[in-house]
Amino acid sequence: MSPTRRRFLDRFLGTSVMALAAAVLYPVLRFLKPPVIPEAATSRVLAGKVGELAQEGWKIFPFGASPGILIQVAPGDYRAFSATCTHLECTVQFDKPSQRIWCACHNGYYDLNGRNVAGPPPHPLTPYDVQVVDEEIFVTRG
Amino acid sequence: MAVEPSTRGGLLGWIEDRIGLEALRHVVEAKTVPVHRHGAWYYFGGMTLFFFLVQVFTGILLMLYYRPSSQEAYESVQFLVTQVPFGWLVRSIHSWSANLMIAAAFVHLFSVFFLKAYRAPRELTWLSGFALFGLAMGFGFSGYLLPWNKLAYFATRVGTDIAGALPLVGAELVRFLRGGDHVTGGTLSRFYGWHVAILPALATSMLALHLLLVQRHGMSVPPSVELEPASARRTMRFVPDFLLRDLFGWTLALGVLAALAALFPWELGEKADAFAPAPADIRPEWYFMFMFQTLKFVPGGELLGIENEAWVILLFGAAGAGAFLVPFLDRRVVERGGSPLVSAIGGAALTFIVVLTAIGYHAWWPVGTAAVLILGPWVAGRSMAGARGERS
Repeated sequence: MSPTRRRFLDRFLGTSVMALAAAVLYPVLRFLKPPVIPEAATSRVLAGKVGELAQEGWKIFPFGASPGILIQVAPGDYRAFSATCTHLECTVQFDKPSQRIWCACHNGYYDLNGRNVAGPPPHPLTPYDVQVVDEEIFVTRG
Repeated sequence: MAVEPSTRGGLLGWIEDRIGLEALRHVVEAKTVPVHRHGAWYYFGGMTLFFFLVQVFTGILLMLYYRPSSQEAYESVQFLVTQVPFGWLVRSIHSWSANLMIAAAFVHLFSVFFLKAYRAPRELTWLSGFALFGLAMGFGFSGYLLPWNKLAYFATRVGTDIAGALPLVGAELVRFLRGGDHVTGGTLSRFYGWHVAILPALATSMLALHLLLVQRHGMSVPPSVELEPASARRTMRFVPDFLLRDLFGWTLALGVLAALAALFPWELGEKADAFAPAPADIRPEWYFMFMFQTLKFVPGGELLGIENEAWVILLFGAAGAGAFLVPFLDRRVVERGGSPLVSAIGGAALTFIVVLTAIGYHAWWPVGTAAVLILGPWVAGRSMAGARGERS
């Protein structure tokens, strides 16, 4: 076989094998990447009832797929924020003795306005609007 | 080429004619292991392999009852440990053996590092071993989530979110790891797939390459021993001398594993709840604790437009990459027979890991365990080399 024909065949076969590998790998890689599923655009949820907070003074509520935190600062004064810590995504809780919002994962603190005041959190918590209608507490995000 | 029929008769001869074990026997008979004062460190690779085999065996048993969905995972493990005969023991052995495997791998990795066994021609042995260590961490991380309890759920949220710190690819990587934007039942299925199929396939291939390279190059002799006169160097046969010592180590490992698994059964904890706050005692597996604790010390803020925690994570990544590539970075060890600076950096890294782990647990046991794992083989190596010297 002439060197030119051999070289052509080598390259042809090499390219074919690479094309075959790509044809197998591409769908596999696309398969591994999860599809983006848009969440239902929930902008207002029923976070709880007035009586619920009398004992603990706070609760975590589902806001779509993410958690929110609702705190009763004083009778009739409610605050709500995203409960996802801005550091590494743990769910925060209300620390009653210090009257601050606390993330147990890396010991981060936020004040009752959601501002990051101590520890590693880099940003404030996203605040939500709170409305009380007939003993029911509704939380709205802007 | 036709193969000469075996001179042996019976079943052995029949097998010999078909498989050709004679060649393997020659390799095994010719294989020797150096004998010197650092010899005890040689046993930790085999011990890691032993724990890996225990993991494969108990992991297969656990698969018979485990159900990988967010609705059923916790309940299936609960059923396994409360209703299935010896289910608690199998799960406890799997969990303890996973931790002991990582511990043995840590000792193996650091001993290879300090004895400079990564130097030419064993660069690929180091790279494949380091990759195996990474895979073992991957096994630990993916397996931690499978019982679907609170601790594991939040550890996974934090652990996967850390990947988001990587520039450019971070966000996509988080989605790839989680199988979506959040840690959900989809993440659990994905981690299960990694844990029982993808990682075992990768680990088995990498392990085969690692063992092949170990067999090809033999055991490395530390530079300090290499400097000694050739007449002072001693070896022992792999079979039976080293193998029997290895088996003794495996028996010891099995004893420790059985005692830990039986006396301290692995706890299941509370079921994961996406809408519950992170528990106060949240923590990752002990081998991630030093990173977890470091992140606690880093205050919020930015440096050069990049968040502080991202700098720390990138720094850990760079340190890992540096360790991975050490055979190519540490050229001095080949030229001058030693590299005290590289050893000092390794010593500082080891001290950092141990101290931060101890701070993370508010306990002294990480320091004590590290002291036993360092001093034990150090003393045993000298004693074994001395004892053999007296006999020969």
